[in-house]
Amino acid sequence: MHEHTLSAFDEQLDSIAADIAEMGRMARKLTGDAVDALTASDVAKAQAIIPADRPIDEMQQRIEQKAVLAIAKNQPMAIDLRVLVAAMRVANDLERIGDLAKNIAKRTIAIDEPLRSQKLMTGFGQLSKLVIAQIDEVLDAYRTRDGAKAAEVRAKDGEIDAIHTSVFRELLTYMLEDNRNIAMCTHLLFCAKNIERIGDHATNIAETLHYVLTGEMLEDDRPKADASSERE
Amino acid sequence: MDQMTNTRFDAVTAAPHNHSTHAKVVGQDVNVFYGDKQALFDINLSIGERQVTALIGPSGCGKSTFLRCLNRMNDTIDICRVTGKIELDGGDIYDPSLDVVELRARVGMVFQKPNPFPKSIFENVAYGPRIHGLASGKAELEEIVERSLRKASLWEEVKDRLAESGTGLSGGQQQRLCIARAIAVSPEVILMDEPCSALDPIATAKIEELINELRENYTIIIVTHSMQQAARVSQRTAFFHLGVLVEEGPTDEIFTTPKDQRTMDYVTGRFG
Repeated sequence: MHEHTLSAFDEQLDSIAADIAEMGRMARKLTGDAVDALTASDVAKAQAIIPADRPIDEMQQRIEQKAVLAIAKNQPMAIDLRVLVAAMRVANDLERIGDLAKNIAKRTIAIDEPLRSQKLMTGFGQLSKLVIAQIDEVLDAYRTRDGAKAAEVRAKDGEIDAIHTSVFRELLTYMLEDNRNIAMCTHLLFCAKNIERIGDHATNIAETLHYVLTGEMLEDDRPKADASSERE
Repeated sequence: MDQMTNTRFDAVTAAPHNHSTHAKVVGQDVNVFYGDKQALFDINLSIGERQVTALIGPSGCGKSTFLRCLNRMNDTIDICRVTGKIELDGGDIYDPSLDVVELRARVGMVFQKPNPFPKSIFENVAYGPRIHGLASGKAELEEIVERSLRKASLWEEVKDRLAESGTGLSGGQQQRLCIARAIAVSPEVILMDEPCSALDPIATAKIEELINELRENYTIIIVTHSMQQAARVSQRTAFFHLGVLVEEGPTDEIFTTPKDQRTMDYVTGRFG
């Protein structure tokens, strides 16, 4: 795409894009750290995560202010307007990812007892690995405006949902086996749900990129495989 | 603030008309030459009745030239030659037997700079109906003047000083006076060539509001350099570049998802 006649507008757009990329790295790191702290029952690490969510919140506000200012100053049309609307949406998704990671950290601290069995964590490895890969992929797609890659991310959300459902069932089984597991497993259920929701936000970003590129909003018919809220 | 809310359209009134409306003006393979220089190349454009069509494009793209073909204003330029066909309600407007004065009564025009006659406000509006013999007497003429000024949203501001000179009005009022003057001869089509470029934002908003009201009764074609204005007032937009009609379509699409890269570059301010 050509540059704008008004170079100041390009600078504003570039600055917002750089902020989004930076915010993406922050949210991605926080998610990785939160999952590591959880699976290693590392309370110290979990405690360090909580204040680290703050800069992400601040970044969201900064992006939103910059986008509003760019709209007010330039009255953008077509793809430019979509890029700015998208920046606000993506910043919102990344902020939510940060919050969910923080929530995982808080639960890691709340569990406050040694892991009764490492097998409680087996499903988490696969779930978090997939979700973090989704974040990496979608941020990369967003940076390079790669619509095909975004479509792959969207298609993979079903896999995350399926693994989440299996983790959910596994945890239920442990609770049934031994009711001393119930407190811990309840926390873990929430953690699994948080990770799954982080995946949803990655999918939202993929859909936002599709909107930027085509001007078309995707219907909410993404592949759903999370059966944990359905009756058997 | 009140003024602002008054002059803004709501989403309902600005909703696009169905383009399945009757094609009022149709240009077929229109080429225009100024001497040896070709200004327009094979323009094919159909303008729907009772809606606003905006012609946009960079300076020199041919949009004003095309507009001026529609009421044969180009006839006034000696070296200008027009080929192809332009029809108004199916009738060829370049038919040699056609009365150009009558054509210009059917296809009125409002210019970039307000150009009222150096006569009274009343005379500015009464002049057209009088020479076209549209009024049978003084009472009817007065009625036409009042109706035209009302339609141009100027009546309340000038009703007590109709004898004063039209040139004494503010720029925005003068432009509405010119619109009233165009309306007075009951045209079917109104051509507007950058009608707001000499006006301040409030006067511009009033003209835009007026355009939105007028499209109920008239077919309006507007040339504008303001992309925002085209987006606000029109239902269809045609983008011209280097004498070629690049793209024409519903305004909502031209400004959000244009099909041609040149249109995208232009509406987003990327034109070199």
